[in-house]
Amino acid sequence: MSLLKLENLSVTFGQFRAVDQISYTVNEGEVLGIVGESGSGKSVSSLSLMGLIDYPGKVSADELSFMEQDLLSMPETQRRKITGSDIAMIFQDPMTSLNPCYTVGYQIIEALKTHQGGTKKELKTRAIELLNLVGIPAPESRLSAYPHQLSGGMSQRVMIAIAIGCNPKLLIADEPTTALDVTIQAQIIDLLIDLQKQKQMGLVLITHDLALVAEVAHRVIVMYAGQIVESGPASEVFSTPKHPYTQALLASLPESAAGKARLEALPGVVPGQYDRPKGCLLSPRCPYATDHCRNVVPDNQGPLERQVKCHTPLDTMGRPAA
Amino acid sequence: MSQELVLNAHNLKQHYHVKQGLFKPEATVKAVDGVSFTLDRGKTLAVVGESGCGKSTLGRMLTMIETPTEGQLNFLGEDLLSLSKEQQKELRQKIQIIFQNPYGSLNPRKKIGSILEEPLVINTQLNKAERKAKALAMMAKVGLKTEHYDRYPHMFSGGQRQRIAIARGLMLDPEIIVADEPVSALDVSVQAQVLNLMMDLQQEFGLSYVFISHDLSVVEHIADEVMVMYLGKVVEHGKSEDVFTNPKHPYTQALLSSTPQLSSDKRRQRIKLQGELPSPLNPPSGCAFHGRCQYANERCRKETPALRNNADAHLIACHAVEEERLENFSGAA
Repeated sequence: MSLLKLENLSVTFGQFRAVDQISYTVNEGEVLGIVGESGSGKSVSSLSLMGLIDYPGKVSADELSFMEQDLLSMPETQRRKITGSDIAMIFQDPMTSLNPCYTVGYQIIEALKTHQGGTKKELKTRAIELLNLVGIPAPESRLSAYPHQLSGGMSQRVMIAIAIGCNPKLLIADEPTTALDVTIQAQIIDLLIDLQKQKQMGLVLITHDLALVAEVAHRVIVMYAGQIVESGPASEVFSTPKHPYTQALLASLPESAAGKARLEALPGVVPGQYDRPKGCLLSPRCPYATDHCRNVVPDNQGPLERQVKCHTPLDTMGRPAA
Repeated sequence: MSQELVLNAHNLKQHYHVKQGLFKPEATVKAVDGVSFTLDRGKTLAVVGESGCGKSTLGRMLTMIETPTEGQLNFLGEDLLSLSKEQQKELRQKIQIIFQNPYGSLNPRKKIGSILEEPLVINTQLNKAERKAKALAMMAKVGLKTEHYDRYPHMFSGGQRQRIAIARGLMLDPEIIVADEPVSALDVSVQAQVLNLMMDLQQEFGLSYVFISHDLSVVEHIADEVMVMYLGKVVEHGKSEDVFTNPKHPYTQALLSSTPQLSSDKRRQRIKLQGELPSPLNPPSGCAFHGRCQYANERCRKETPALRNNADAHLIACHAVEEERLENFSGAA
């Protein structure tokens, strides 16, 4: 069953479309990876799911539903009951997303109290249980610690504890390990995947680290300048990319250039607000672009489970179709 | 190309004294504790490690932003630390640094032209026209356009700003560039552009790089030699191929196995490290890594391992390697 369904979701700030008509679904027990460079709209799209886009940002969609409930038309009070308990989110920087003025225990209990309620004692027991679950040693004594007393990895564990406190069905992790060292990153990702399997959560993993997504995600979405350019099963997208952008991203990784002196770099940068091309957004940077690409916006092609937004999708050999 | 020694560091140390409070004794943080290495012309030495291992402090000592507490630093046969201020200033021009964050390392109030010319104003006798010509030539080399000369840093993207920072570092024709995480703030496609540029410039000017990074896949690509640091000490040092294909120290093995890999056949059996980097204020006795190491025994807890030559200039500081207690590290899972 699909947990979350998006149909043509757009987020606009004035004239600027940060997210441009994206559609995807997340199923129960599934890990969906969203990759893209900075400015591709991956974070903004996830913030909009949580209802965290403030004026002047505007969210519009043909459909935005969670477990068959329409999130856009429901009253704000009802939506708040869902976000934070059934849909939870972990942010990139653990050091700044915890409030420095309150203890860790207070911040965990705050979320539990709002959504589940209970006596002081019950809440405290639950908080200790959660800290235990995310692998924090001596959880009883950590409850009274302030965020500055914790390391980056520990703070991220606390953030995860807060997020899973109400047993969410969908967890959105926005660059959960970008600020952490590799050995700590491995610990946190293992923890997230263990919890996801244990609780059969849907997990949306947003990151710019392609290798990380290749290791853990079932399905992957590649975003470019606010649009989804390619989606499909992770193993297929990474082994035989169909969109030139995905191909170029993969080729620009140092590990793809084994033995070669130079890296395959994609020329240019992501288009900004004022220099959006007329046709395909990648056309100024794409090695295969034709006049048709420069003038006509491509549609999504291929079956629903393996889509690509390109006039001439690449074949299995990595060459554009005639 | 004949090997020419450019930089020779011997037993470099940087100790900081930290006040812990009015009545507590001062503590010592050994940010870098006895690091030695040599750097040949046109080669790249990568320094890798997690945050807090002292790799940036090392970079700051090499450029003489900070004076080492102890040790020797030989640059082209001259001991940098025993020279007079005047001579230091002269030689300092030949070792330049590029910082991690291109958003923070360029003065937002200055135009690109004056950012690039500032080193020339301070250190050379060139007149205005000569300075401008030199700046424009350098901008062309790093892939910036002539019209960028009169723009401010905020008008550039992250990748372009890093190009400006590289150009600034090259203005005084240095021999050595210390690059402190030069690409970690950049997106992958831009990262590739900047890495290519750095490799091209190395070829053209015969530069030597000290490349400080935590990203092992970047290091594998660009480095000739790799030095792995843990809590201020070097734990493994060797040729890039040796360290990446046949890592010996348990910490290097764990680092490599924790790095996500794109292709499934390159993935290694994950070695799970427990816990985090210990506090440098209160480092563990013996081998600093013993608390997280699966091979640790009594000796590791008591005795600090020395950096030993294992095979063919592959240096390792580990009792377990010396005693051959280590299980074979599986290259692929």
